[in-house]
Amino acid sequence: MSEIASIAQANGLHRIGARPHLWPYLKSAWERRDFISTMARFKIRSRLERNRLGVIWLIITPVLDAIFYGVIFALLMGRDRPGGYGAFVMIGVFIFHFFTGCLTHGAVSITGHRSMVQTLSFPRITLPFEQVVEEFFSCLPSWILLVVALPIFGHMPNVRWLLIIPLMVFFTLFNTGITLLVARLTVHIRDLTQFLPFISRVLFFSSGVLFDVDKLFASYPWVITIYDFYPPYQVLELARNIFMGDEIRPIDNLYWIVLPIAAVITFIGGLLFFWVAEERYGRD
Amino acid sequence: MDATKLSADIEQHHKPPVVIVEDLHVKYKVYATGKRMRQRGGKILNTAPRGIRTVHAVRGVSFVAYENESIGVIGANGAGKSTLMRSMTGLLTPASGKVYARSRPNMLGVGASLMPELSGERNIILGGLAMGLTRKQVDPLVDQIIEFAELQDFITYPMRTYSSGMTARLKFAIAAVRQHEILIVDEALSVGDKRFRARSEERIREIRDNAGTIFLVSHSMRSIRETCDRVIWLDKGKIVMDGPSEEVVAAYEENKESNK
Repeated sequence: MSEIASIAQANGLHRIGARPHLWPYLKSAWERRDFISTMARFKIRSRLERNRLGVIWLIITPVLDAIFYGVIFALLMGRDRPGGYGAFVMIGVFIFHFFTGCLTHGAVSITGHRSMVQTLSFPRITLPFEQVVEEFFSCLPSWILLVVALPIFGHMPNVRWLLIIPLMVFFTLFNTGITLLVARLTVHIRDLTQFLPFISRVLFFSSGVLFDVDKLFASYPWVITIYDFYPPYQVLELARNIFMGDEIRPIDNLYWIVLPIAAVITFIGGLLFFWVAEERYGRD
Repeated sequence: MDATKLSADIEQHHKPPVVIVEDLHVKYKVYATGKRMRQRGGKILNTAPRGIRTVHAVRGVSFVAYENESIGVIGANGAGKSTLMRSMTGLLTPASGKVYARSRPNMLGVGASLMPELSGERNIILGGLAMGLTRKQVDPLVDQIIEFAELQDFITYPMRTYSSGMTARLKFAIAAVRQHEILIVDEALSVGDKRFRARSEERIREIRDNAGTIFLVSHSMRSIRETCDRVIWLDKGKIVMDGPSEEVVAAYEENKESNK
């Protein structure tokens, strides 16, 4: 350490442009939880206030999606479609929406708030966190609708439905990791903002949202093995198993082990990956 | 700057240092096509080697800023004032040299609003929360900020509809509500009207008097004289003079006169 550095340190000064320590960094992010929740609320409200139907759009959009894709894929698959297809599609579309929202909107959580980042000094990780909270609350009305609508499809509520709560915790952890990952990647590679909506559509049509992976790839077992370790698909299958029961949607109980591990790894990985570049955000 | 001189300087001041800038050099690359816009052929990919020129904007700047100081930064356009300020907030990486500070400074500059889609009022709340206040602390301050920025009639409009003067006023009012350790004001007051400028200069003095350190970049020598007790004069990326406001401003103005 140079002499000047030690004089600076003796006077309680830190080097600007040096990465903050992880623990104080996360602590200062936690201290700004009011900021995270308030910003999420304001952004959702301002997005909806301009429309006549306001908050109702949070329900209309996923319902229209589910109906449209459900009908098309039901027609395409004919008798091959999975049992209880209405509930199958609804669970798939409504829950997967949280993941794609985090992926596409999380990517602009830093680059889209350039002015704020350049003016005020605050832990930047609060911005991707805010995005996850915003996506969660944007999806919540449709999830409530889901729980209310499932009995119409003949799936009656029971105690096992409570398992959806831990499932959503793991799903949120996983999505937060992904959000942190794409938030930083977009800072380095702006072109991702153009590319991610495409990726998100590819994932939507390939993640078993609309079709039964086991049936479709029955003659390619190795493809099914890949799906067995693909977290968003596991979340959908676990949710279907919880709501529709073991008889209609049986599940490999291993999912309950693989998913939490994958979620925690993705979350911690994303956290570290984002933190390492903290001083980089806001530079052009 | 050597360590012995630095220790002596700190000793002499009886106040804790807040910022130490050590032999700072900042360079940045500018993509210059070397041609005027219209002559450039339509390229599909953005990868073609463009003439990259390196601009050496700050060339070996060193100084120490102390608690309770308000420091004016003056110099002609392109002297490196904003570059120096931006590297103090960490928004630019120095080519060499270091900046040490008690905390990462907030920097008010001219330019975009915080959250363009949100109303002024919501921007106030979010700005306050981002600076680390709690919701309970922010709520009672909102009216005070609106009044300070004189935006009563526009506060429910989205911030993107604000004029540059209104944006600057609101941003200053938000930032000024909190006592800062280090605050950089880069030309942000120049867009306001006379009355607002007077009040914001008053607020800057208050922040300084409460153990804050302020950097004020301005072309208005009157502003500098009234708010700053020390001035750093930059030219072509180097410090020409660093000392009491009156002296430095006088020398600067004399120099400008003789260059005419």
